[in-house]
Amino acid sequence: MRMKKNLGWLGILPLIAVLLSGCDGALVDPKGQIGVELKSLIITAFWLMMIVVIPVLVMTVVFAWKYRHSNHAAKYMPDWAHSNKIEAVVWLIPCIIILFLGIITWKTSHSLDPHKPIESDVETMEVQVVALDWKWLFIYPEQGIATVNEVAMPVDVPVHFSVTSAAVMNSFFIPTLGSQIYAMAGMDNDVYLVANEAGVYDGKSSNYSGKGFSEMTFDAHAMSQDDFDAWVDKVGQSSETLSYEGSYQELAEPSTDHPVEYFSDVTSDLYRDIVEGFHGGNGEGGHDGGHGETSMSAEAAE
Amino acid sequence: MFGKLGLDDIPYHEPILVVTAIVMMLGGLAIVGLLTYFKKWKWLWTEWITSIDHKKLGIMYFLVALVMLLRGFSDAIMMRTQQAMAAGGAEGYLPPEHYDQIFTAHGVIMIFFVAMPMVIGLMNLVVPLQIGARDVAFPFMNNLSFWLFMAGVVLTMVSLLIGEYGKTGWLAYAPLSGIQYSPGVGVDYWIWGLQISGIGTTLTGINFFVTILKMRTKGMTLFRMPIFTWTSLCANILIIASFPILTATIALLTLDRYLGMHFFTNDMGGNMMMYVNLIWAWGHPEVYILILPAFGVFSEVIATFAKKRLFGYNTMVWATLAIGILSFVVWLHHFFTMGAGANVNAFFGIATMIIAIPTGVKIFNWLFTMYRGRLQFTSPVLWTLGFIITFTIGGMTGVMLAVPGANFVLHNSLFVIAHFHNVIIGGVVFGMLAGLTYWFPKAFGFKLDEKWGKRSFWFWITGFYLAFMPLYILSFMGAVRRMQSYANADWQPLMIVAWVGAVLILCGIACTVIQFIVSIRNREKYADITGDPWDARTLEWSTSSPAPFYNFAHLPNVGSVDAFWEAKKEKGMAADKPTQYEDIHMPKNTVAGPIIGLISIVFGFALVWHIWWLAGVGAVGMFVAFMFRVFNDDIDYYVPAAEVERIEREHHKRLEMQA
Repeated sequence: MRMKKNLGWLGILPLIAVLLSGCDGALVDPKGQIGVELKSLIITAFWLMMIVVIPVLVMTVVFAWKYRHSNHAAKYMPDWAHSNKIEAVVWLIPCIIILFLGIITWKTSHSLDPHKPIESDVETMEVQVVALDWKWLFIYPEQGIATVNEVAMPVDVPVHFSVTSAAVMNSFFIPTLGSQIYAMAGMDNDVYLVANEAGVYDGKSSNYSGKGFSEMTFDAHAMSQDDFDAWVDKVGQSSETLSYEGSYQELAEPSTDHPVEYFSDVTSDLYRDIVEGFHGGNGEGGHDGGHGETSMSAEAAE
Repeated sequence: MFGKLGLDDIPYHEPILVVTAIVMMLGGLAIVGLLTYFKKWKWLWTEWITSIDHKKLGIMYFLVALVMLLRGFSDAIMMRTQQAMAAGGAEGYLPPEHYDQIFTAHGVIMIFFVAMPMVIGLMNLVVPLQIGARDVAFPFMNNLSFWLFMAGVVLTMVSLLIGEYGKTGWLAYAPLSGIQYSPGVGVDYWIWGLQISGIGTTLTGINFFVTILKMRTKGMTLFRMPIFTWTSLCANILIIASFPILTATIALLTLDRYLGMHFFTNDMGGNMMMYVNLIWAWGHPEVYILILPAFGVFSEVIATFAKKRLFGYNTMVWATLAIGILSFVVWLHHFFTMGAGANVNAFFGIATMIIAIPTGVKIFNWLFTMYRGRLQFTSPVLWTLGFIITFTIGGMTGVMLAVPGANFVLHNSLFVIAHFHNVIIGGVVFGMLAGLTYWFPKAFGFKLDEKWGKRSFWFWITGFYLAFMPLYILSFMGAVRRMQSYANADWQPLMIVAWVGAVLILCGIACTVIQFIVSIRNREKYADITGDPWDARTLEWSTSSPAPFYNFAHLPNVGSVDAFWEAKKEKGMAADKPTQYEDIHMPKNTVAGPIIGLISIVFGFALVWHIWWLAGVGAVGMFVAFMFRVFNDDIDYYVPAAEVERIEREHHKRLEMQA
């Protein structure tokens, strides 16, 4: 039975190794405040669970071996099947752990709510994200520019990503920075993220969306404010522009492994137009993205 | 005339599929040839296809499940091979077109056509025997359920050779599964395969719910039922409560796709969030439908082989009930990242964690059943120990996923894949394989070979850890699920380790196949004369192996949970040889079940391809066949006492000869 013991440990060792060694991974080595808090939450939850997991693994091996059939030295009580003490303990310990974990869960569900603005001295930047088949459109309403499959942000500036989809359901996810959020047509969802270190981070859809899903990736560039301003200028020099009735419709056509594109000008209500474009027909009621920013109206329905 | 169906829909230009088709046809021809050569057609028809015997239906469910396991596993190893290859710009050997169908089919097949029939098959085989009944409450319906389930299997397999399967993931999230984004017939195969087999499952749920509540033998109060029966009861309640949600959800999706409605579309007031909520309102109870009976198997196995009463029987029952109820209030944890508010997320997160409490208690109860017992390391016990360790780890990662904050980065990543394989392989598959080994003698009259059973276990468990632990690590490196290819070449080594794990699991499956062959060849040596090969505790072991078709010559009388065990200790086995027998009332075989099932395949196929006239013929055909059954009064008969006496005498003679 020694082999089984090894196997039991096999299960947790890699997790411990990854969580502690800080090997080169997206969630293990987060580059933004949200990601850092999520990592410590995962580790806390892991160790709380270990309080009960480790005894179970040890007891499994010890009991199985000690009370093996051939071991006549061990006590044998075929009719012993109840003990108030043991029952009390086996109910109580999981209850206490879950109580602690429940409190942590309640607190972190609120403190790490994706919809909650990040407190900061600097003003939060707005970026609007549209999931298309199979690429990401980023609109910068404050800068009046837009990009495809590339997003940039200044370091230490919280970013408010408004997220929607103009195709199927996707999930907007930059693992190194933190929380993901679903992108759904006709819905205005959002997530607040911040990068605290310069670098290029992988971004992707984590929710399967069809043929081009695997290549529906983008680079998230975190850079200094100066570099960011330069980047905005660079995008602003593009000859391409984007409007809802015009070039956007072309962009929205399905395409896979789409190259990075820059647009120097965007019609001001593009994001709103995309969201409300799905509110057509008789769609009445119950249609806002969960937090009431785009309520349906008769005008919008047109 | 043929709706959307044309010659182009037969994929004769795809070498993999052509070879598969040829192999399937040769296999089919071989079976037909053998049946004809040995003149077994009549036997097949009267003994199996039209049988209403719950034990035979159980065997057929399990047989189909094992065949479908081979199909589902082929999908799995193809995916693992693809992911081991397609790193850093490489495209692998499966284009998205194929890869997407494969992971969709893998999920659907493993859950609906492997795990479910194993669980339902085991319930069929065991529950009536455990409660001292002669059959289920509705024997005809039991046969019909099986053939409706088979219709789903056939439709899903047909999609391989005619047309395509869904490319949507196993739950066919809208709007991807809507007509706009999935115009092909793949989703329609998914719809009709699941719709028809799902109705079979609902009927099974009703059948066993009534059977357990109404057909228990004298003295068997609810709190004297074996734990496997208890967990089956809870699973069936969950089936009755949750499968109609699946049926309704698929029906709404069908209306969207066939009649241009807008329940789940992007525009015109459709709401894809409703689809996701509904599908998980069924989907979460579904996993407990699978795992609860597995818990029951482990409870029986551990008490039997530890030679000791199950620790904390009452706690076990209440924990099962608690899990069953809680399973309905946690569905939202499958999509914390949809954007619901913090209060909603926190509620569902905490509700999910609370399930860990009764589950943890169950684990401690199994441990304390071993404590001060005399544990025999048979292969069912190995599966059980492997389960306790693996499931504990899987449960832990499940609780981690239940913390909404953690879920925001772990959702849709390989962490989720690793977690649910951790609990479904470690829990359901190990449980069903333990149950298969444990109850095999009751079904066939001989034991399975232990040596190959243990080999299978060691391959499965090492294969499992190698295949899925790397996925946990990969998720921390940012890998998400359902990737046909990935740019990050750093992930490749771990993907290759996972592939090696899948190969080891393949060896485990091969061992099981060899185990069957070896055991059948040595069936004389492994024969179980007594009917009680494990010195077990519950009623199914009090009758002969294989059990006679009427199960019990005299319905047993039960005075406690371990009545059979206590009777053995007091009087010894053959002491109560009855002197008098009576006529036994039994149901007759049914032709209507298989015929309705067959027509439902035609019906489903016609709807997939929009062959409306044929769908009409199918609908009328099913109705007419059902009416024939309804107005048929010749559905039961009496087994004469003399016949019962003859069968029982033979059994007792064998017992005495052995003694």
